[in-house]
Amino acid sequence: MNPRLELRDISKRYPGVVANDQVSLSVMPGEIHAVLGENGAGKSTLMKIIYGAIGADEGEMVFDGTPIAAHGPAVSRALGIEMVYQHFALFESVSVVENIALCVSGPFDLAGLSVQVRDVSEKYGLPIDPHRLVHDLSVGERQRVEIVRCLLQDPKLLILDEPTSVLTPQAVAKLFETLRQLASEGCSLLYISHKLDEVQALCDTATVLRNGRVTGTAEPKKSTPTKLARMMVGADLPETHHGKAITSGKPKLSVKGLMTSADDQFGIGLKNISFDVFGGEIVGIAGVSGNGQAELVSCLSGETPTKTAHVITLDGADVGQMDAGHRRRLGLAFVPEERLGRGAVPPHHLSDNAMLTGHRLGMVKNGMINRGAANAYASDIMQKYNVKANGHEAVASSLSGGNLQKFIVGREIELAPHVLIVSQPTWGVDVGAAAFVRQALIDLSRSGAAVLVVSEELDELFEICDRLLVICQGEISPSVDRADTDVEEIGLLMTGLNTPSSVAPSGGISR
Amino acid sequence: MSLQIERRAEPSSLMRVAAPLIATLLTLVVSSIMFALIGHNPLDTLFAFFVAPLLSMNGLSEWLLKASPLILIACGLAIGFRANVWNIGAEGQLVVGAIAASGVGLFYPDPESPLLLPLMFLAGMAGGMAWAAVPAFLRARMNTNEILVTLMMTYIATLLLSLLVHGPWRDPDGFNYPQTALLPNAAMFSYFDATYRLNTSIFITVIAVVAMWFFTERSFFGYKMSVGGAAPLAARYAGFKESGSVWLGLLISGGVAGIAGMAEASGPLGQLSAQISPGYGFAAIIVAFIGRLNAFGIVLGGLLLSLLYLGGEAVQLSMGLPSAVTSIFQGMLLFFLLASDFLIFYRIGRPVAAQGGT
Repeated sequence: MNPRLELRDISKRYPGVVANDQVSLSVMPGEIHAVLGENGAGKSTLMKIIYGAIGADEGEMVFDGTPIAAHGPAVSRALGIEMVYQHFALFESVSVVENIALCVSGPFDLAGLSVQVRDVSEKYGLPIDPHRLVHDLSVGERQRVEIVRCLLQDPKLLILDEPTSVLTPQAVAKLFETLRQLASEGCSLLYISHKLDEVQALCDTATVLRNGRVTGTAEPKKSTPTKLARMMVGADLPETHHGKAITSGKPKLSVKGLMTSADDQFGIGLKNISFDVFGGEIVGIAGVSGNGQAELVSCLSGETPTKTAHVITLDGADVGQMDAGHRRRLGLAFVPEERLGRGAVPPHHLSDNAMLTGHRLGMVKNGMINRGAANAYASDIMQKYNVKANGHEAVASSLSGGNLQKFIVGREIELAPHVLIVSQPTWGVDVGAAAFVRQALIDLSRSGAAVLVVSEELDELFEICDRLLVICQGEISPSVDRADTDVEEIGLLMTGLNTPSSVAPSGGISR
Repeated sequence: MSLQIERRAEPSSLMRVAAPLIATLLTLVVSSIMFALIGHNPLDTLFAFFVAPLLSMNGLSEWLLKASPLILIACGLAIGFRANVWNIGAEGQLVVGAIAASGVGLFYPDPESPLLLPLMFLAGMAGGMAWAAVPAFLRARMNTNEILVTLMMTYIATLLLSLLVHGPWRDPDGFNYPQTALLPNAAMFSYFDATYRLNTSIFITVIAVVAMWFFTERSFFGYKMSVGGAAPLAARYAGFKESGSVWLGLLISGGVAGIAGMAEASGPLGQLSAQISPGYGFAAIIVAFIGRLNAFGIVLGGLLLSLLYLGGEAVQLSMGLPSAVTSIFQGMLLFFLLASDFLIFYRIGRPVAAQGGT
C-alpha cells in the first residue's frame, strides 16, 4: 500500500533561520501521526508546506503515490488535504452554516448544506446547530465548526494544529473519540502538538522535530514521556522544585467585590469577584478562555482602572483607580497574554523594550535615557532566560513567540516585584524553557512575592500553583488547595456545570 | 508568472540606503519620458530643475531660506507624528505665530530695543502654542479628532490674518495693499550679506534639529511618546499617559510652527502680509515623512523639497514649462520616494512552489 502522504527532504529557509531542514516523513492511510516539537521547531511551517500555503525551497511531496508538482491550497482541496488551524478563521457575526458555505465549492445552497452539516456533526459526535451565530459559540464549539467544515470535504488527510490548546479536559476526550473514528474510516491525521500525554493517548506514530530537523520517529504508545521529551529538547527535561510555601500574614494582592460590565456584546462582565493572594504563594486562575480572564487581568494591572479604589488593594493600599504606571511603582509587575503590541513594542529594539517597564531600575536620569543601562538589562535578561535573538539590537517583532515570551517574563521577574501577575506564562514557549520559566515563578514566590498565574493549561497550573481558582462566565470559584483537587474537578468547574455557587445554564461548555 | 509580497523578518538595512536611490532613478526615467513627450529635452530640463538653481549664490541662499522653515516645522511635527498625534494644522499655527510676533514688532513701545527680536520670538512661539493648545485640550479631554480640529483652525487663522491685514493693521501708507507697515530694524534677523535674503534665523533651525534628535533618541519622554505611537496598548500596559503625549506633541509642533512664522515676518518679508507662507505648514508634513520622522532625514527632506520648489519655478521661467508639469514632477518624486520605502519592510519575489526533485 502506498503511503497517503510522503515527504522527501523538504527544506524551507527564511532569512536568518532554516525552518525545515531535509524533513522526511510518511503517513499511511488511517494513521494518526503526531508531529512533535518545541515551539520554533518548524512544525507549523511544515504543515503549511503540506497544505500548500507556503512553498518549500527543496524537496518532494508524494500523495497516494503521485508526486505533487505545483502545490497550493487549491491543489490540497482537490486532493483531500484539509487543515484545522490553531486560530480559527470564522466570521463571528454570521451563522455556522454561512461560515461553512464560504469554504465549500459548488452552488450556494444553505438549506441543503445545513442538512449535511447536521448529518456530519451527528455521525462524528460533534453536535452543532448550523443556524447559530458563531459569536454565541464557545471555543470548543467553534473548533467543532472548523472540523465539520473540513469533514464535509471528505478529507483524506486532516491536519490539526495544536487543537486542544483551548479545550477543557472533557472536550479534549470528546475530540479524541471523533478523531479515532475518523482514522478508523481510513482518513489520515497529522496531529501537531507539544503535549506529550495527548500524543501518547492518541497517536500511532510520531515524528519529532528539533530546530527544523527530524530527530527521530517513535511509537508514542510504546515510548515514555521522558524519551519523547529528550528527542524534542535534546536533553533531559529539567524538573521544577518546590520549596514549602511560607505565606505572608496579610494578603499582598486583594480583590473585593470587583464588578464590571461587558465592554461590548462579545465581552464578559465580571461578577462580584473576590480573592486574596498572599506573599510566598502562587495562585492559579484556571478557565476556558473568554470567561472574563482578560477583563480581570486588565483591571488588576491597571490598564482598566476600576470605578472604586478599594476593590483592589496592593500591599494594603487601595489601587483600583490608579493607572498601570502608578501600580508598578508600588511593586506590581505583569506579563500580558499578548506579547506583541502590549507586552512589547514590535518595531523597537529589545533594549528599548527592556526599558518599557525596566526604566525604573536606573535607566533614566534627569529625563535622559541611560542607553548603557538599558542595553545591559536587556542583555542580562537574554542571557539569564536564554532568549535566542540577534543581540539587544534585534527588534521585538523578529523574535519567535516563545523567545519574546521568555524576554518579557524575564523582564518582569527581574524587576523583583512584590506582586506578579502572569497571563499564560508559557504559551508558545518550548518545553525546556517552559520548565525554566515555571521554576523562576516558583523561586520568585518563595522569595516572598505574591504570584498570580492565569492559564488555560491545567497541567501547568497543577505543576506550579499552591492554590487554584476557576473563572467561568465572569464568576470566580472559591479557592481550592492544589493538593485537595484534581484535573477532573477543575475541568468540571471550568465548564460551569458543577459549581454550587454558579447558575450556569445548561448547554455545555460556556464561553 | 505572479509576484508575491513577503514581509521581511528584519527591516532591510540595504534597502534603507537603496530605496531613495531607486526612487530617484524611477523619477528620472519616468519624468524624462514625460518631458520628451511634451517636446522638451529631458537632460536639459533636469539640469534646469536640479542643478541650475544651485549654481548661483543667490540660488543657494534661496534654497536654504526655503528649506529652513520646512525643516524647522517638520522637526516639531515629527515629534507628534511619532506618538500618533496628527497635527495637520502647522500652517495655521505658523500664521498665528507670525501675527503674534508681528503684533509685538509693530506695537512695542520702543522700536529700537534690542529686546524686540527675542520678545517677538517668544510671542511667535506662544502664538503657535496657543493655537495648538485648543486641539490638544479637545483631544486630551474629549477625545476629539485632532486632525480635523487642527486643520479647521488653520482656516480660522488665515481668515484672522486676512482680517488684520485688510483692516486694523493695514499700513495706512501702503497703497491699500493687504499688508502691515514694515517692521523696525530691531525686529529683523540680520542678513549674512545684504545682497541675499538668507538670514540668521537659520540657526534656530540648526538648533531645532539637534534638539529634536536629542529629544527623540535620548530623552525618556521622547521614548514614551514613541511607544505610544508604535503600540498604544503597550504604552497603556507600561502606564505611560496618552494625554501627556498629546499635549507635548501638539504644543511643541505648534510652538515651532509659530517660530517659523515669526522668522518669515522678521526675515524675508519684513512685515505681515496676507501671503505670509507659501504653504510651509502643509509641505512640512511631507518633509517629516520623507525624513522618516528622523531629525537628519528631515534635513535632507527639507533640502529636497525646497530644491523642488526652486527648480519648479526655474523651469517655468527658463524653459516655459507649465506649472502643472512641475507639480506632476514634484508629485512623482514624492510618490516614488514614499512608495519605495515599502521595500524596506517587504520583499517582492516569485512564489516558490514545491517543485519535484530539485
